[in-house]
Amino acid sequence: MNKLKKITGKPLFLPIFCMLLVMAVNIVYDVSSGNFAFNFFTISVRNGVLYGRLIDILNRGSEVTILAIGMTLVVSASAGTDISVGSVMSLAASFCCMLLAGYGVSAANDLAVPLIVGVLGAILMGCICGAFNGFLVAYLNVQPMVATLILFSAARAIGLLLCNNLIVYVRNESFQFFGGYLGFLPTPIVIAAVCIAIVGILLKKTALGLYIQSVGINKRASRIAGLNSARIIFLCYLVCGLAAGIAGLVASSRISSADSNNIGLNYELDAILAVALGGNSLGGGKFNLAGSIIGAYTIQAISITLYALGVSTEQAPVYKAIIVILIVTIQAPPFKAWIKRMNAKRALEKGGAAA
Amino acid sequence: MKTRKINSNTMLLLITIALFFVMYIAGCAIYASKGFAHLQTFLNILINNAGLLCVACGMTCVMLTGGIDISVGALIAMDCMLLAVGMERWGMNSMVLCVLVLAVGVVFGLVQGFCVGYLEIQPFIVTMAGMFFARGMTAVICTDQVSISANEFFVKLANMKIEIPFGAYTNSKGVLQVPFIRITVVIALVVLIAVFLMLRFTKFGRSLYAVGGNEQSATMMGLDVKKTKLKAYVLSSFLCSIGGICFCLNTMSGSVRQALGLEMDAIASAVIGGTLLTGGVGNVIGSFFGVLINGTISTLVKTHGKLLSSWSNIAVAALLCFFIVLQSIFAKLKDNKK
Amino acid sequence: MDQNVVLTMRGITMTFPGVKALDHVDFTLRSGEIHALMGENGAGKSTLIKCLTGINAFEAGEIHVAGIQGPVVNHSTLDAQKKGISTVYQEVNLCPNLSVAENLFIGREPKTRLGTIDWKEMNRRSQKIMTDLDMNIDVTQNLEEYSLALQQMIAIARAVDMDCKVLILDEPTSSLDDNEVAKLFRLMKQLKEKGVGIVFVTHFLEQVYAVCDRITVLRNGQLVGEYPIAELPRVKLVAAMMGKDFDDLAAIKSEEAPAFSDEDLLIDAQGMSHKGTIKPFNLQIHKGEVVGLTGLLGSGRSELARVIYGADRNQTGTLKVKGQEVKINAPIDAMNLGMGLLPDDRKAEGIIGDLSVRENIILALQAKRGMFRLLPMKEQVEIADKYIEMLQIKTASRETLIRQLSGGNQQKVILGRWLATDPDFLILDEPTRGIDIGTKTEIQKLVLKLAGEGKSLIFISSEIEEMLRTCSKMAVLRDGVKVGEITEELSQETVMKAIAGGGSDE
Repeated sequence: MNKLKKITGKPLFLPIFCMLLVMAVNIVYDVSSGNFAFNFFTISVRNGVLYGRLIDILNRGSEVTILAIGMTLVVSASAGTDISVGSVMSLAASFCCMLLAGYGVSAANDLAVPLIVGVLGAILMGCICGAFNGFLVAYLNVQPMVATLILFSAARAIGLLLCNNLIVYVRNESFQFFGGYLGFLPTPIVIAAVCIAIVGILLKKTALGLYIQSVGINKRASRIAGLNSARIIFLCYLVCGLAAGIAGLVASSRISSADSNNIGLNYELDAILAVALGGNSLGGGKFNLAGSIIGAYTIQAISITLYALGVSTEQAPVYKAIIVILIVTIQAPPFKAWIKRMNAKRALEKGGAAA
Repeated sequence: MKTRKINSNTMLLLITIALFFVMYIAGCAIYASKGFAHLQTFLNILINNAGLLCVACGMTCVMLTGGIDISVGALIAMDCMLLAVGMERWGMNSMVLCVLVLAVGVVFGLVQGFCVGYLEIQPFIVTMAGMFFARGMTAVICTDQVSISANEFFVKLANMKIEIPFGAYTNSKGVLQVPFIRITVVIALVVLIAVFLMLRFTKFGRSLYAVGGNEQSATMMGLDVKKTKLKAYVLSSFLCSIGGICFCLNTMSGSVRQALGLEMDAIASAVIGGTLLTGGVGNVIGSFFGVLINGTISTLVKTHGKLLSSWSNIAVAALLCFFIVLQSIFAKLKDNKK
Repeated sequence: MDQNVVLTMRGITMTFPGVKALDHVDFTLRSGEIHALMGENGAGKSTLIKCLTGINAFEAGEIHVAGIQGPVVNHSTLDAQKKGISTVYQEVNLCPNLSVAENLFIGREPKTRLGTIDWKEMNRRSQKIMTDLDMNIDVTQNLEEYSLALQQMIAIARAVDMDCKVLILDEPTSSLDDNEVAKLFRLMKQLKEKGVGIVFVTHFLEQVYAVCDRITVLRNGQLVGEYPIAELPRVKLVAAMMGKDFDDLAAIKSEEAPAFSDEDLLIDAQGMSHKGTIKPFNLQIHKGEVVGLTGLLGSGRSELARVIYGADRNQTGTLKVKGQEVKINAPIDAMNLGMGLLPDDRKAEGIIGDLSVRENIILALQAKRGMFRLLPMKEQVEIADKYIEMLQIKTASRETLIRQLSGGNQQKVILGRWLATDPDFLILDEPTRGIDIGTKTEIQKLVLKLAGEGKSLIFISSEIEEMLRTCSKMAVLRDGVKVGEITEELSQETVMKAIAGGGSDE
């Protein structure tokens, strides 16, 4: 009993447990459908690049992972979530493709501007959106989710405007690189790894992590202790917007186009779910970035498993929504109190029976 | 009669009403040649936004408690899909289906309300999960776009014109045009009046205000805060389902992408209509004007003809942003006064 | 039971973890009297009230209410209300967004035959209630349109209209001005004539003598006694609250105040203020000086310090540090000038509960260094260990979460946080509240040691004795105004007299 508690009490228990669960489901599925039992874990080399379901998860999960990094910081510092990330991804992608193809052009094989302009444009657009959200939340004290709701619905519309209501295709190899391959590794994996590394180093080498958690736990006390709470919250939203910009770039490069209506669709749910699954409280405060990252890949594993089981992309949110509700219910104080009461009651009954 | 002092809250509402008239009159002036000034244009705004009006009424109730419900758009999609597939593929009776849709709404609201009221989970998280759940369920029911054409009664109901005895005019071809509304407008207006009366004259209505005004005080004064919240979410989902039926009567189809972003329109309508995001202040008359402004914007964009439809989304978002900032400024001024 | 008695509490006992909050306390309330419940912070006043109204559960003792057979135990405020015990708290517990009439009637609205709310009837009855209480206001207006005093009185009206026999007023006057207080007192006297028993909790001595008939004094969770007002003059009341016999007080004699020259002037505040909390004041603090701020709770003693530190914005006047005029927009500015503030509300403004002891200690120092100059882990550990040892913080390890520590140890961690920044000027607001005697003495010694090192301090405490031991100068505050400074003849007697205020200045 005590040992169990010790294990379940570990910070990374929830995400790792879920990951193992998903793997188990995959093994059962493979066995029952007559495949090799460890199909899930097989990695092979085909056409000079890595191949396999695990690689697929790492690859496809890159965007969610990048978003989860930003989302983790936002949740920690402001006890709210940024629900605009999916739309901001789409806007960044549209902006990038619009720059690369030229305004009003629906398909281009040659770049209208140097690639770097497009890339920086996407990132800049993400930052602007993040700054907008951050300003509303940190300086105007608007509830985080209401503030981000504005861009949640407007960003896609702005993206459509930028693309003149078209799906803009950029069929250029240099642009496709971000969603393609770097040597034998899919580039998105590398980009996600770089993002993780940069934020990891930032958290390790600067006091950012301490500041964010401190503000998230107790804003007033942090102020007295000399922190500029508003600026720190603003910064978190900025980083979140930046992450959305990068994710948008990767997503649009993958499909060589800016499909405003579909890029980043439902990604906000995945990113929030990744944070919750990573064992972080959506009420803010302490955070564990490693948890969120494992959480993000777990989400992707869940998605891919669901698709393998014949669930369509559009239906998958049903299951994810149920998981979200389950996790936040487990975290909810009234639920915890109820469990405690039930345990106490059981203990009392046991004691009564023994006596 | 005592004169009421104009406080910041009535101020917000007045700004909204003035904004609507300015916008509408400007529209009449600019697009007079396109028939904007005719009564029918206004009635069309009502017809096109009947569903939104029902949803906005429910949203206002939830927002009064200080909560929010972003599941409404997805719930409407689910309702429409259920109606369409029910009639077209399963050959069910349309009335039975409507009752079923309303029942689904109530159950949906019960679950969301329980999570918010009794489990004390943030309303945003709960209803966001609700949004994805409903959108996903829509796809589970059917992934195609389904048009309703087989059910005679429903088609008749949708095409029914209720003519208005005044405001008729002869168009350029010399045909007499009698202005009309559709059944959905009647439903929406009944909902509007019912919710208005409920908020004003029932204990539950006033509890919504009390809970939003100060939750702790409400508890101290002996109100059941948890139950009030639960009921608010049930009401929202229920009204949303009525809105879903109206929506379906308008579009006569069900699809996974239907009513995408409608939650935004509903929230914007309520906020523009003077409902405070912090709860406790607002009423459905304001939301009605919010819906009208919303409708006027999209009609203006459509009448212009050359603008992309995304402009209306952006305009509504910008307006929402403007009113949020306005609320925030008013709140700060109020704090300073104390 | 006496015919007149409406409420008796006998032998009420209750413990918070580690502290006996109430120890066999008795309390008797008669109908038609205003009964003051007095005591210092932590004496057990609010706890006693909370036991009565069902917010806290007591462990031993009995409560009897006139007209109800057997002992009474309330489980919630609502429960208490049903038994005729109504409470009006310091913060108004009404809904500001509803009309006055609704606030009076919510939860028990008059209904029409259709079952809907009868607004006409409700407004009519509300207007009558208000007129009966001599308040001529429009009941259809929203509550927030009226002043706090009126809101307070509307809250009382609601309580009274619900047929209460016992009315508890918990610090109702702390946010009211003199005029408003006078209005409130008129209302209280009216109710008294109607036979309501009123329990009045306040920190303002003048007010007690203005309206009350009887005083019950608590100290450290124990009953000191119940006195008719005439038998307990002001100074004796203060003595009873503080547990000092008045004759003993002269015995403590402070040392000669050391002389400070103008060259040593560190802090020079001229006309600083913050609207609603502290009126313009001047204050000078020299190097190595410990200045005590004294006054009752709500007198503005914390607020004065907060304005200097920039925790509340200074709205008028200027601040000079070491002769240079400075502008402080946020606490970080003050910190860069070498200041530190240990706030009185440890939980809300002190600790970062979910962070470790180490992180809590280094937080202010890190904030001062800036985000990009992270203290190396080795240094963090050294600093944390240094203060854990120096302040003898009892913690399982330096990585224990601070919220798992006891209150006293949490306080030491926060103290360590500020010492780590090596401040020239440190403000300690109630540093010893809720701390055991041994630790108290340690903190007092530390204050003297810091002063000896040439640091300046502001020391705020409800316990005059410990201020006498540490301070070389004391500033006295009353109702948001700095009323004077005592530099000579620093004794319990002079300080208490200054706090209580003479009869002349009222």
